[in-house]
Amino acid sequence: MPSNGSVSDAPITQFINCRILKEHTLQREDLWVRDGRILDPEKLFFDEQGYADRQLDCGGAILAPGFIDVQLNGGYGVDFSTPSEDPGAGVAFVAKKILEHGVTSFCPTLVTSPPSVYHKVLPEVKVQSGGVHGAGVLGVHLEGPFISLEKKGAHPEQFLRTFGGSGGVNPLLEVYGGLDNVSMVTLAPELAGSQSVVEELSQRGVTVSLGHSVANLSQAEEAVQQGASFITHLFNAMLPFHHRDPGIVGLLTSNRIPAGRSVFYGMIADGIHTNPAALRIAHRAHPAGLVLVTDAIMAMGLPPGRHTLGQQVIEIQGLHAYVAGNTLTSSPVPNQLTFDSRILNVFWGLGTTTLSGSIATMDMCVRHFQQASGCSVPEALEAASLHPAQLLGISHQKGSLEYGCDADLVLMDDQMVLEATYISGVEVWRK
Amino acid sequence: MRLVILEDYDLASEWAAKYIRNRIITFRPTAQRYFTLGLPTGSTPYACYKKLIEYHKSGDLSFKYVKTFNMDEYVGLPRAHPESYHSYMWNNFFKHVDIDPANAHILDGNAQDLEAECAVFEKDIADAGGIDLFVGGIGPDGHIAFNEPGSSLVSRTRVKTLAKDTIVANARFFGHDLSKVPTMALTVGVGTVMDSREVMIVITGAHKAFALYKAIEDGVNHMWTVSAFQQHPRTIFVCDEDATLELRVKTVKYFKVTHTAHLYSTLPHFPQKNIFLKAI
Repeated sequence: MPSNGSVSDAPITQFINCRILKEHTLQREDLWVRDGRILDPEKLFFDEQGYADRQLDCGGAILAPGFIDVQLNGGYGVDFSTPSEDPGAGVAFVAKKILEHGVTSFCPTLVTSPPSVYHKVLPEVKVQSGGVHGAGVLGVHLEGPFISLEKKGAHPEQFLRTFGGSGGVNPLLEVYGGLDNVSMVTLAPELAGSQSVVEELSQRGVTVSLGHSVANLSQAEEAVQQGASFITHLFNAMLPFHHRDPGIVGLLTSNRIPAGRSVFYGMIADGIHTNPAALRIAHRAHPAGLVLVTDAIMAMGLPPGRHTLGQQVIEIQGLHAYVAGNTLTSSPVPNQLTFDSRILNVFWGLGTTTLSGSIATMDMCVRHFQQASGCSVPEALEAASLHPAQLLGISHQKGSLEYGCDADLVLMDDQMVLEATYISGVEVWRK
Repeated sequence: MRLVILEDYDLASEWAAKYIRNRIITFRPTAQRYFTLGLPTGSTPYACYKKLIEYHKSGDLSFKYVKTFNMDEYVGLPRAHPESYHSYMWNNFFKHVDIDPANAHILDGNAQDLEAECAVFEKDIADAGGIDLFVGGIGPDGHIAFNEPGSSLVSRTRVKTLAKDTIVANARFFGHDLSKVPTMALTVGVGTVMDSREVMIVITGAHKAFALYKAIEDGVNHMWTVSAFQQHPRTIFVCDEDATLELRVKTVKYFKVTHTAHLYSTLPHFPQKNIFLKAI
């Protein structure tokens, strides 16, 4: 029974027998899609006197907005920070694979690299819509090089930079070669000259994230006042919470956040980067700001062997991963908190235990987050969809099942195990 | 008139729904010959709609060849407002059944020319061949649709100003804020409903008891507009025990006896099945 075509001739699909995530709960409602967007069926009925062309039976499953990953360094052997013949093809390859994890939009992330890498890679990674070819690219996340030496983590020291005296984004334009297609920059706000950078980036519509930093709470709050709105992987690569100076972590409960604005924070909920108790503390302190990220590295999805991460080489052996150097360290990995044999932790060798990205997938993170925090299924799903969309200022279009939003969807059972992924209402992956 | 008394709200709603279902099924509507149904809104018919949806989902009842005409709609309330009667009908009925949207008629309270809108509605009813069964409720002040006390008993579809009683009764849907309740509505007239071939009024709850008494035991009076149906050849009043509290014992006893005798008229006509579905 087709619509009468008074507004559009495009076919209308009605997802029936499903529970949709809407208004922060799972509601027993049908979902209507036309032209890749979610349709208001009441308007369709009364204004157009139309109805669905076809109905898709979801078998009682949960239908939620597709996941949005704002920190993804690579996967399946592709490292976005390693220049290759065709960086665009590498991004496209990963974009296709992550559909299996329910990710329908993402920000390819580049770790600290020399300008030559940025100049080569950035022009090739363009913002583009998702589809059968893969998840949509929302823009690049540039994590570094304007970060703190003490908190560089796995980033290569020799390529770290400071802002210099001129102020404004010129040093960034120099290093990156341009800010087109850039949706987020992670920087350390304690670096001299950061205020004007944060302010100008924010004005340009680039999300500014604080991370890999030794900033104290005042410095962090000042950066938020200039426009910063995100914290890159909370707890990791920053000063630990201290009761007399909470540092960046204190932003979660700061009373100096400008009115009408919110601070979001990334959490790598893989069971390794953050102790579940710490995850719970953050979640309980500021549940609306929690954004699940994978921070997945190129080893995600790979079998055992040697692989490159940025300017480094790592090695995966069975369930362990090391830096491949002159001496292959074989010390057992301390604090092995693997909860799923497919989630591996990548460690620096030579006795240090610096984490550097995960190989968890987004759907694993969502399940682990729900399990560790005890939050509801809607809350867990929103942390991977609504919150990242709000962070990037695109929640009117993505991360939600409100009328008019893009029909990027994931179908899953009650344990949040994925059954299918849709982009613009079209099935792009099925289990 | 028939007065059908069921024990409680749920049973009364089920009886009414079965009656509607059976009427449609025995009519055997087709693309050439639609069944026309007049429909109410409000808390009274809520359970009745749920039952109709149940019969539809079980495969017993299709609305494919049914045309519906709602009784009323607020003036000036945005159609998408959760308390508009469009929203009510969509959420509680239309979205769950297979009715063709072109056959679901509801007055548009936001029309540019309200009088023209009413005239078109009357014409649409006439074009559809009149109403086969008009289902309605009753207000605490005895009104049918929004035909408030003092409405002409031969009135047609028109704009009405709501009585204080009605506004107060409806305030619960607007956060108990009297100022938020619309003050005007478009409504079918008493005459419009009287023109139907059959009328079924559902009345439940003790707060409606006095209105029911006025409607059927007192005279025909424009202050209690439902009383007009005393002069309709085929009217059924379906109520629960609480709604009969103001009636005379004699009235209630009479209709309880006659109802038992008419029990089988509510049974669905399934010649291939040997099952009799009891109304109570």
